Amino acid sequence: MDAKLKETILNPIFKGNPITVLVLGICSSLAVTVTLKGALVMALSVIVVTGISSLILSLLRNTIPGRVRIIVQLVVVAMMVILVDQILKSFEATYAIDKQLSVYIGLIITNCIVMGRIEAFALGNKPWPSFLDGVANGAGYGMILLIVAFFRELLGSGTLFGLDILNRFGYVPNNLVILPPFALILLGCIVWVQRSIQKDLQEK
Amino acid sequence: MEYLSLFVKSIFVDNMIFAYFLGMCSFLAVSKNVKTAAGLGLAVIFVLLVTLPINYLLNTYVLAPDALIEGVDLSFLSFIIFIAVIAAIVQIVEMVVEKFSPELYSALGIFLPLIAVNCAILGGSLFMQQKDFLNIGEATVYALGSGLGWFLAIVSLAAIREKMSYSNVPAALKGLGITFITVGLMGIAFMTFMGIAL
Repeated sequence: MDAKLKETILNPIFKGNPITVLVLGICSSLAVTVTLKGALVMALSVIVVTGISSLILSLLRNTIPGRVRIIVQLVVVAMMVILVDQILKSFEATYAIDKQLSVYIGLIITNCIVMGRIEAFALGNKPWPSFLDGVANGAGYGMILLIVAFFRELLGSGTLFGLDILNRFGYVPNNLVILPPFALILLGCIVWVQRSIQKDLQEK
Repeated sequence: MEYLSLFVKSIFVDNMIFAYFLGMCSFLAVSKNVKTAAGLGLAVIFVLLVTLPINYLLNTYVLAPDALIEGVDLSFLSFIIFIAVIAAIVQIVEMVVEKFSPELYSALGIFLPLIAVNCAILGGSLFMQQKDFLNIGEATVYALGSGLGWFLAIVSLAAIREKMSYSNVPAALKGLGITFITVGLMGIAFMTFMGIAL
């Protein structure tokens, strides 16, 4: 694998992470970080949608007129999201996936990562690198989601993936952690840690 | 009275930003000064006000089970229909703003086309679908309320950030980090409205 492709894959995961560096795609998804399972389902869905829609739009990039490109992009992305949503619905009963997730799966359409990567990368690059870029950005996003969900589920319910971890030691779940604002504060702390390590990202 | 309670509830209790994190991307990126923030906030109110009633009508008369043809449930198409309506409206707004206010157009930059992918807009339509409003009036009031809630949130964050540029924030926390934490604290403040019975 040549260096440029490797850069395409590794950059979004840490150095150019879509959430903490590019500030894309925070929208709907922090609401699913109350439990690790919700975050995992969301992360996988986003990886699938970003990867495949980047691939499709990269294949179409020379045939789309500039003026209407946003609508074309949205149609492709919406199609992918409907597929993912229908697949998840069929698994709902088997794996007890939260029904409320459906609204947030729908909101992947407007997740800025998907559109942002299509605008910034897929429309100017060949299909294969675009696909990898989409998948890597989805993964970088999923990683942050899982970190936030890990702390929120552990401190907020004392469990991980629904398994009891802290409660058996007499831990009293902290309800503040389950409330929406805490996800943002946690994210602020993640940004803080990352920027302390990577000094070049610090803003003046 | 029902309209009033729905209106107040959608501004403060079900605030798009603080309760659902909708429209976060542009919320964080365009909140550096109050003037631009207010421009984007107004654009969001406007787009919500236009798209939500249209989507409500589509949802009731086309997409709901048995609405168009007896025995046919088209609700799986709702994502694509909603987003198509939103994208079309945004494209029109973009052209109008470019023509009549080039200043605002260049200030908003990439974030004007990104209103199409502003989660607050699509989120409004999806929550409308879940809430089962009785008539188009309720849907419109809900649109106005959530738009105003978003406007309020972005303008107040922009005001705080303008003041914050004079304070001494740790280097690694500057910019994005402290903004996240500020929004979190504002969210906690907004939670006080949850106790109000409407």
